[in-house]
Amino acid sequence: MAEKDVIIGLEVHVQLNKLNSKLFCGCSTDYHDSPPNTHTCPVCLGLPGTLPVLNRRAVEYGIRVALALNCEIQGETLFYRKNYYYPDLPKAFQITQYDFPLGLGGQILIKGEDGEEKTIRITRVHMEEDPGRLVHAGTIDRAKYSMVDYNRCGMALLEVVTEPDLRSPKEARSFLDKLRNILEYLDVFNGDLEGAMRIDSNISLVGGERAEVKNISSHKGVEKALAYEITRQRSARRRGVAQVQETRHYDELRGITVTIRTKEEAHDYRYFPEPDLVPMRIADWVPRVEAELPELPDAKRERFVLEYGIADDHAKSLTSEIRVANFYEDVAKRASPRLAAVWIADVLKGELNYRDVTIDGFSPDHMVDILDMIEKGKITEKGAVEVIRTILDEGGDPAAVVAAKGLVRAEDDKVLEAVRAAVEECGQAVADYRSGNEKAVNFIVGMVMKKTRGRADPGEANRLVKEALDGMGGA
Amino acid sequence: MIAMLKDLRGRLGAGASAEEMVSALLEKIKRSKLNAYNNLSEESALERAREFDRSPWTGLMAGVPIAIKSCISTRGIETNCSSRILSGYVPPYDAHVIERLKEEGAIIVGKTNMDEFAMGTSTESSYFGPTRNPWDLDRVPGGSSGGSAAAVAAGEAPCALGSDTGGSIRCPASFCGIVGLKPTYGLVSRYGLVSYANSLEQIGPLTLSVEDAALVMEVIAGHDPRDSTSVKSDGGYLSGLDGGVKGLVLGVPKEYFGEGVDPLVEKSVWDAISRLEELGASWKEVSLPHTKYALAAYYIIAMSEASSNLARFDGLRYGLRFGTDQDWHSTFSEIRAAGFGPEVKRRILLGTYALSAGYYGRYYLKALKVRTLIKQDFERALSAGGADVLVTPTMPFPAFKIGERIEDPLSLYMADVFTVPINLAGVPAISVPCGFADGLPIGLQIIGRHFDEVSVLRAAKAYEDATPYSETVPKEVA
Repeated sequence: MAEKDVIIGLEVHVQLNKLNSKLFCGCSTDYHDSPPNTHTCPVCLGLPGTLPVLNRRAVEYGIRVALALNCEIQGETLFYRKNYYYPDLPKAFQITQYDFPLGLGGQILIKGEDGEEKTIRITRVHMEEDPGRLVHAGTIDRAKYSMVDYNRCGMALLEVVTEPDLRSPKEARSFLDKLRNILEYLDVFNGDLEGAMRIDSNISLVGGERAEVKNISSHKGVEKALAYEITRQRSARRRGVAQVQETRHYDELRGITVTIRTKEEAHDYRYFPEPDLVPMRIADWVPRVEAELPELPDAKRERFVLEYGIADDHAKSLTSEIRVANFYEDVAKRASPRLAAVWIADVLKGELNYRDVTIDGFSPDHMVDILDMIEKGKITEKGAVEVIRTILDEGGDPAAVVAAKGLVRAEDDKVLEAVRAAVEECGQAVADYRSGNEKAVNFIVGMVMKKTRGRADPGEANRLVKEALDGMGGA
Repeated sequence: MIAMLKDLRGRLGAGASAEEMVSALLEKIKRSKLNAYNNLSEESALERAREFDRSPWTGLMAGVPIAIKSCISTRGIETNCSSRILSGYVPPYDAHVIERLKEEGAIIVGKTNMDEFAMGTSTESSYFGPTRNPWDLDRVPGGSSGGSAAAVAAGEAPCALGSDTGGSIRCPASFCGIVGLKPTYGLVSRYGLVSYANSLEQIGPLTLSVEDAALVMEVIAGHDPRDSTSVKSDGGYLSGLDGGVKGLVLGVPKEYFGEGVDPLVEKSVWDAISRLEELGASWKEVSLPHTKYALAAYYIIAMSEASSNLARFDGLRYGLRFGTDQDWHSTFSEIRAAGFGPEVKRRILLGTYALSAGYYGRYYLKALKVRTLIKQDFERALSAGGADVLVTPTMPFPAFKIGERIEDPLSLYMADVFTVPINLAGVPAISVPCGFADGLPIGLQIIGRHFDEVSVLRAAKAYEDATPYSETVPKEVA
């Protein structure tokens, strides 16, 4: 659905969850499997008298991202306090950036609604601390009570803000996919962890006020929430109800958005510079961070085409996720790069996607073995797909699967023997073929497959049967 | 009973019992009418004293008892900032200065009374009632570190820590006739100091002598990675004490004399300047032209920062909690309404206003600009070729009566006129006793360059050695 009248801008909160410690204290970031409130200390709990100490590595990661998003890095950056009361915020202010963020004015390319590449402008990239997490007993508007978990509190967040350049929920999704891909390339982010990326989106119809939809935690959620909002705003407009500037909450369970507050109730956050932290001259850091910047998706895609001689479509597919790209390169060094590209991009990725698992669950060694067997003609293409599926579903290694499932491709003379026998046995079919019924071949091929117990390559069998029949005709 | 740290250390080193010393102190505190302490750490202090007696340790403050202002976090000892909202709050960690004191062998006897959250000049805004001045029980001890100053002056602690945001160490030192030092901003880690106005405050010593203040500085000064504004200390506070003032140039800022200053205070300070002259110093008049804007700038900055700092006290995780919980907003509003006293509420409201959208530029930002000008005033007056230290009255008048000014916040704020510019500039300043007005102590303020505590302490020591005021003790405890 091309939405000419839809205007969308995103504010994406990215947890720099590959850091070892939180943004302002030494607490470990590895809390995802821990009971609530076990990864805390006086600093991230905001106990009286504690002070923040900036994690310099976090700033480096932030600069890395800002550079990868083609932002201009600010010479000096500083932190502010954003003051508001909420139980997940133990200091009653969030340390964040306001004036002088890390980066300003960037851009990235995404796949637009029309399939063409499209530039999305990045307004700014800034750092802040994550608040804790509220667990409501029920939904946010109906809960009797809520609980707070401060394990997350103080995690380093990057906020990436786009200009209102997106025109549809699909484009928003496409932007997020690309952003996640870049973040994973930069090795600052693991998108698989819960709450790793949280999205607020501003959406309006041309000529109307905007709604900010908060609390969307998945790429799929963004697409759904925005689609809901477009429908809601359109139908309101049809009914003559004007959209007011408001903040809405996305209720993932019900798939709807509900209003939280209107502009009149908007907070005054009373920003002022955080007196417990000193301004940082980051301009001096940039050359080193830039030098250490890894190869990014678009560059890798170009290199794959040049270095491995593979199709651009395959290169794009292989580089759309750093893990897949690394997997491919590993395999391509030990097998035919072109064959590897086809099998990984077209087959393996599809099978992974179908099962909703990542490529981490599949061994590159197994892929090399499978490609080797295909190249040497030991298994058929159909057999290879079967091997991949079996390994994904049941485990095991390729050789064992091939043996257990009897997928060894039949030797050529055995196939020829089966062809001869089949042609002899199927007199009627041979006669039909001679009288012009091409389809009669299929019956004979079926017989060949039966005789080889499926180990013959069906295409190959088809070719051999025709050869036999045509040869007979010439005799 | 009253003894300087040097004597105490000597006696403890010669085998005197720390347990006897601590229990005598605790007895005295319990009999006291001053209300200098909010809570005592009786058991842990006695336990530690007994340990010391069994196998004495070494350290700059080995076996020496010390009192700690109630806004400095002490692991296992209630730290309530003299506020109802923090009553019962026991920190799970030690402030950096407490760690240092423990490393050097000190024994913490208790937490001293103060103005609620250090907001005041008289210790009258404490939830636990005012502390009395040992020189006249009807008078205030000054504030906000009034409990620490009164305890030291009355021999209820040989030394104490206070904090100074706009004069909170120097004012009570002046009113109680003892020594109080506010170090250069950044010299002592604030980690563990419950924040009132982060960009202004420092922890410092309240002691009976300049030498004792230097000793405590040797212990508490220095870099702490947990406070990003803290810096390395070069030390030398004790070793640099005895150089005298020969050749020292004193700057006398003209804005710190005249209108509003008690004539007896002014006379004492001029007498002190003459005394220092006799000891070999020279003096010249200097000007700090932006002094008249200091109070306004100070209160805007302090209240703005305070409004943010104190927002965390919502009763959710620690401190005051009562009644039945309702929704989040009603519950924390009720707790804050009941938990803060009127002066704290006034400052939170004013600070919130000053930071509000549309007012930020008019108030906070402007105050920061004034602050820069004031800092430049001091840098100019103390530049090479100018003065080495500045001398002024600490307070414009001696201790006033309890209840005399508490209903008139503006007149209380005015009392800070000579102390707040020092915090805005971030420079170090000491208050030493320099005489009496009708039996009430008067303080001389000596101000130095950034991180030049050594010159400040040396001048104060030379003056102290040449005058009898530091040895004079209140009748109550003599």
